[in-house]
Amino acid sequence: MNSLDYNGRRVPVRPDQTVAAALWAAGVRDWRRTRFAGRPRGLFCGIGACYDCLVTIDGVPDQRACLAPAVPGTVVSGPASPNQPAPSSAPDTAADVVVVGAGPAGLAAAAEAALARRRVLLLDSAPRAGGQFWRHRAADRGAGGHGHRHWRLFESLLSIVEERVTYRPASTVWLAQAGADGFTLHTTTGRVDAARVVLATGAYDRAVPFPGWDLPGVVTPGGAQSLLKGSGVAVGQRVVVAGAGPFLLPVAVGLAEAGVRVAGVFEAGDPARYLRHPAALRGAAGKLGEAAEYAARLARYRIPYRTRHAVVTAAGDGRVSQVEVARLTPDGALAGAPLLRVECDALAVGYGFTANLELAVALGCALRRSVDSGVSVAVDTDGRTSIAGVYAAGEVTGVGGADLAVVEGRLAGAAAAASLAPSAAPPSREYARLRSRAAALRAFADAMHTVHAPPVAWLQGLREQTLVCRCEEVEFAAVHEAVAEYGATDVRAVRGLARPGMGWCQGRICGYATAVLTAHLCGRALTESDLAAFAGRPFAAPVRLADLAAADPAVAADSAVADPQAGRTA
Amino acid sequence: VTAPLARTGAQAAVRADASLPGTADVVVVGAGVVGAACAYYAARAGLRVAVLDRGAVAGGTSSSGEGNLLVSDKSPGPELELTQHSLGLWRELGSTLDTDRIELEPKGGLVVAATAAGLDALRELAVEQFTAGVDAVEVEPEDLPRYEPLIAADLAGGFHYPQDMQVQPMRAAAALLREAVRAHGASLHCGVTVTGVLRGGSGEVSGVSTSAGSLSARSVVNAAGTWAASVAELAGVTLPIAPRRGFILVTQPLPLADGQPPIRHKVYSAEYVANVASDSGDLQTSAVVEGTRAGTVLIGASRERVGFDRRLSLPVLSRLAAQAVALFPFLADVSAIRAYRGFRPYSPDHLPVIGADPRVPGLLHACGHEGAGIGLAPATGQLIAAALTGTSAPVDVHPFRPERFS
Repeated sequence: MNSLDYNGRRVPVRPDQTVAAALWAAGVRDWRRTRFAGRPRGLFCGIGACYDCLVTIDGVPDQRACLAPAVPGTVVSGPASPNQPAPSSAPDTAADVVVVGAGPAGLAAAAEAALARRRVLLLDSAPRAGGQFWRHRAADRGAGGHGHRHWRLFESLLSIVEERVTYRPASTVWLAQAGADGFTLHTTTGRVDAARVVLATGAYDRAVPFPGWDLPGVVTPGGAQSLLKGSGVAVGQRVVVAGAGPFLLPVAVGLAEAGVRVAGVFEAGDPARYLRHPAALRGAAGKLGEAAEYAARLARYRIPYRTRHAVVTAAGDGRVSQVEVARLTPDGALAGAPLLRVECDALAVGYGFTANLELAVALGCALRRSVDSGVSVAVDTDGRTSIAGVYAAGEVTGVGGADLAVVEGRLAGAAAAASLAPSAAPPSREYARLRSRAAALRAFADAMHTVHAPPVAWLQGLREQTLVCRCEEVEFAAVHEAVAEYGATDVRAVRGLARPGMGWCQGRICGYATAVLTAHLCGRALTESDLAAFAGRPFAAPVRLADLAAADPAVAADSAVADPQAGRTA
Repeated sequence: VTAPLARTGAQAAVRADASLPGTADVVVVGAGVVGAACAYYAARAGLRVAVLDRGAVAGGTSSSGEGNLLVSDKSPGPELELTQHSLGLWRELGSTLDTDRIELEPKGGLVVAATAAGLDALRELAVEQFTAGVDAVEVEPEDLPRYEPLIAADLAGGFHYPQDMQVQPMRAAAALLREAVRAHGASLHCGVTVTGVLRGGSGEVSGVSTSAGSLSARSVVNAAGTWAASVAELAGVTLPIAPRRGFILVTQPLPLADGQPPIRHKVYSAEYVANVASDSGDLQTSAVVEGTRAGTVLIGASRERVGFDRRLSLPVLSRLAAQAVALFPFLADVSAIRAYRGFRPYSPDHLPVIGADPRVPGLLHACGHEGAGIGLAPATGQLIAAALTGTSAPVDVHPFRPERFS
């Protein structure tokens, strides 16, 4: 029986699909309602950041449908049903170098440290390695990658990992702590002690609020991409791709190649401005070739591509059916009323990426403002953070793409390994080459962020009732009131008074918008501390109270004796 | 379609900016709930009040608690008397500030004991409280589910305190400040650090110097909460207020069951009363569990004196989780999504410091409320206003006098 049961309905399940993808393929666009206004929620970010897609699977409530593999025979329902115990965890373990994240940076770091003969443990929250960039289906392996870029590099990194690294997929770190002589990571598969930690936790699409952005069928580009690359499901039949940044191109082309009609790509930036950064372009010639290749493929599929345009509203009855597009000024402001209405059954929209910083913050690493209007972990050329023993690589140190992430991962993995045996000096010429390659790619990324900065147009398009926070259903009017009526002068006060960022996703989605809005409403420039206000999360993922109670050995032992309830609830 | 962004910035009703007035009758240092109440009652009494805070509104301990308005955890004495008066003021404020906006809920408290001995201690306290005017109703173990359907099954019993209430402390503080500004002409200045207390020829207060210039005033109210000792020091006096750290776990938002939140009262274990009153600096935890309007459940309470150490403590969080699950077994499968810590302003005799400081004419203190500041804020504000205007105080202020430690 290759199907699952969704509220009594048979939903077909194909190999490699997530629960969200199986539901989506069956035409289900929402499977949960918000608790105040009963707004429909389904897939949005598609990669585990937004918590919109929570479902109950075989009685276990609040699972992220975008991460959970669809298993034939399971029973899936939207609203929470009676609780069931969660699966038990793997044994506690320890390693010299623990790498968090199995995307391009994490795989490279793990491979590099393993080749330097350290005991390496690689943790990844996804069930399959590759991160967002190399998100794939099992059948893609050894088959040329079905159009994945740098696929052979992925396969070679993975083969090193499979040979030399302890790899724990589907393992989410929920708490990271620095100890006297090392670090402890509490994960959904047990406790891990580490002498060195490499954070390669990646990033997720940055969303900004606009009227209709929480309609079912509106997803992020990463969400559309994960459905397609990870589960082989197209996000719609007629799709609009919008936002800012080069990532829109592979998303649009990928959809077109899967037979989807892409009704338009609306890019807020003006790519002609790359010409203002000649040095950065020279250092990364490959990037230009890539862009030209995508441009040719857009043309081949006759996909309209408009620059300095933005989707300003999404509308539809229960799901998106139309978007309005407006032209932007060179400064990213609205150039006038919307001039285009585009029919579609899905919209993929995002303005760059936000780094997953919570583990870095929990370990005390210093942050820095990055060129992409966000914050990132401050690192030196070899990925050393401000905390001795903690390294970071890839998007978490500043969004720069997979090529840069691999280089940074190698440098960080090598540095972490070398720090454990300082006498064994790493081959310096090779690393010097990597450092200069990283610098060139970073310069290109900086130019890219300047060209594709999130435009201010979204601020102009907000209405009183536009949701800023999707989880807590906080309208723009409430954020405005916190500043104008209740005297909030910083993001923390806005959060406490109006509750944006207080729900399931803990500000992952609305953090950027809340920071920008707060600064704007207070009439001052956006600061690093505005942007960093949502970066720290003591719990990097939700943790069952029973698991939290069991996480401290003394407490676990204590309550087993003193607490007559313990036996009943375990 | 409105253009909401047009009405921002300079037109804001509450100007939380740095431009100070040249003079005021009273400078309140601290825009937490206690400072807000002092400002509200002083401005309402006709004084020109300027509130200064180095951070944002309610950014210190007011943003780190649960919003407890409790009589149940207090033994008869000056603090209970002040609390009873203060809760009456909160009910009044509810109609001024809008109970919905400040999430003022007369939800009542339920204190439970796991053992017969614990229940005896609770009963003894309840009898004392009853003679002091506190409503306390003993609840037989078999009746506990009528109050809390999901509570653990094998408890020895408990007491229901209908007078206990809860409020959203940040919204309450901000609403008090808004009312002080809007209705009574006070001014609010956030992001302004007080760097000195100015003194006149005979040592009396003549104003403050700040990061945004100086401001002359006859009176300065030290409502700096956990940081009150350093403000006192600026005026040349010592005040033994120290931080006592606490952690709170926040669960995922829970759906209503039969139109009701899964946890309906403030529910806590008998040990909490002893911990609140304890002088120990060591870690103490006791289960304190309650729902919020937003659907989340807040889980406390821990107490330890470790200075301003902001690091997360897994042993503390772990203990809080275990104790909450023991009280409400269904919480085992509920997820914590957040944790936060705060620093209660601890005073050595567990009583707040309220009133004029005889050592420096013009200096008043309104601080040291430890974990009871939200509840005690209105009464504190009223006492400060009475001291500033020379009118008679509604309760005996002698136990709270600032010079009692010297």
